[in-house]
Amino acid sequence: MAQVLAPISAALAALGRPVLASLAALGRMTIYGAQTLGHIVRPPFYGREFASALLNVGWLSLPVVGLTAIFTGGALALQIYAGGQRFSAEAVVPQIVAIGMVRELGPVLVGLMIAARVTSSIAAEIATMKVTEQLDALVTLSTNPMKYLTVPRVLAGFLCVPLLVGIGDIIGIMGGFLVATGQLGFNPASYIKNTVDFLQTADVVSSLIKGAVFGFIATLIGCYYGMNSGRGAQGVGGATKGAVASASILILAANFILTSVLFGS
Amino acid sequence: MITLSGVHKTFGPNAVLRGVDLTIDRGTSMVVIGGSGTGKSVLLKSILGLVTPDKGVIALDGQDVRKAEREAFLARFGMLFQGGALFDSLKVWENVAFRLMRGPLARPKDEARETAIEKLRRVGLKPAVADLVPAELSGGMQKRVGLARAIAAEPEIIFFDEPTTGLDPIMSGVINELIREIVVEMGATAMTITHDMSSVRAIADNVAMLHGGVIQWTGPVAEMDAAKDPYLQQFIHGRSDGPIESVR
Repeated sequence: MAQVLAPISAALAALGRPVLASLAALGRMTIYGAQTLGHIVRPPFYGREFASALLNVGWLSLPVVGLTAIFTGGALALQIYAGGQRFSAEAVVPQIVAIGMVRELGPVLVGLMIAARVTSSIAAEIATMKVTEQLDALVTLSTNPMKYLTVPRVLAGFLCVPLLVGIGDIIGIMGGFLVATGQLGFNPASYIKNTVDFLQTADVVSSLIKGAVFGFIATLIGCYYGMNSGRGAQGVGGATKGAVASASILILAANFILTSVLFGS
Repeated sequence: MITLSGVHKTFGPNAVLRGVDLTIDRGTSMVVIGGSGTGKSVLLKSILGLVTPDKGVIALDGQDVRKAEREAFLARFGMLFQGGALFDSLKVWENVAFRLMRGPLARPKDEARETAIEKLRRVGLKPAVADLVPAELSGGMQKRVGLARAIAAEPEIIFFDEPTTGLDPIMSGVINELIREIVVEMGATAMTITHDMSSVRAIADNVAMLHGGVIQWTGPVAEMDAAKDPYLQQFIHGRSDGPIESVR
């Protein structure tokens, strides 16, 4: 009996170990997030670092977000038109592009682009600071690294990413508009009217809420992995890789949860 | 006065410090020597609270450092890190004036910059260096900027972590001379960790040798050469034969 159960037990243990490790890591990230929130409301505040984070997270992400959105919006219009033809529903292109971009693709793609561009850069920067003892130097200079490095970045992510999502939504709809009017023969005026008439305030608000949550996750995870990186170049590489993978998965999971909460009923 | 009593620190299976007892008198310069990986940096970081000892007591002027108010405690220290640890995103003068622009020692920006330039001059750097970023400096210049940052707020106690590692002999001599001059001039208590014997002779009032997780020998630098301790003699003469195993 024991001989039969041994391989099953080993397989379950092999499955359980990474699950437990992931849950433990998620717990540590949650504690780190709670500590960050605690520091956000308590002085000292580092205005210059916050301004620099706004520039890096927000302004410098605009080109990536814009290009991602315009191509996605264009491709979405083509797909919906081709699919809609199968049951004579080509006319819904403006409505589906609008709702698809605003409710789902805009926030998720912007979130993933931020994870790729911002999370990786934050993780690599802070991990390098750790490896080169700059974090220790901050402490000896009476500066809390969490206040100086994490809080400005997380706050910038929380505030900037909803704006980026809003801009991405508009550019994505514009991409659909350009393809639909330039290639698929839609009337520009009626395309815009259909888009505006169809979208509801709740769609836009949900998009911005998702953006704020994804911005918080992307920047927090970058800081967490940077602060907890291993030694040397391999440590920096591992922190960057882990940060991008974790942020992407957490953004997709959060998207599912938020969609369920906001639109589940 | 800094006092360490029975300080232990273990990382996983590796017991780095196994009961370190050491006293650094006010206004003196203590140099801790020992081979690579013997825990010199851990010892120094334990005093600052960057590493938490598993056991033992570290006291500053009789007060347990764990019970000290953190900001006031750290304000008494300046530290030169091995690689400089300069902040890449800040200009040289902003690195030097970091402590002077934040927290209880904050002062107007112009005044902080003025002080930073004065400290840069003190370590032999021209004011033009102030507006460069650390990546534009040589290793020796980065050490000097790190030294200027360590003394910017005129701390009572200064720590130097491997101040001459990676520098050529001439630059090492310059840094050693600067450290000695500054420590004497400021009347500061200094603790240096190094395995560079020319640094030891240039900087130290007292020497402590860390080996096997404990202080193997300690005494005035003038008595170091005549000491009978075989570990110390092997180390200061750089011999491969002796009680210290060359393969670890």
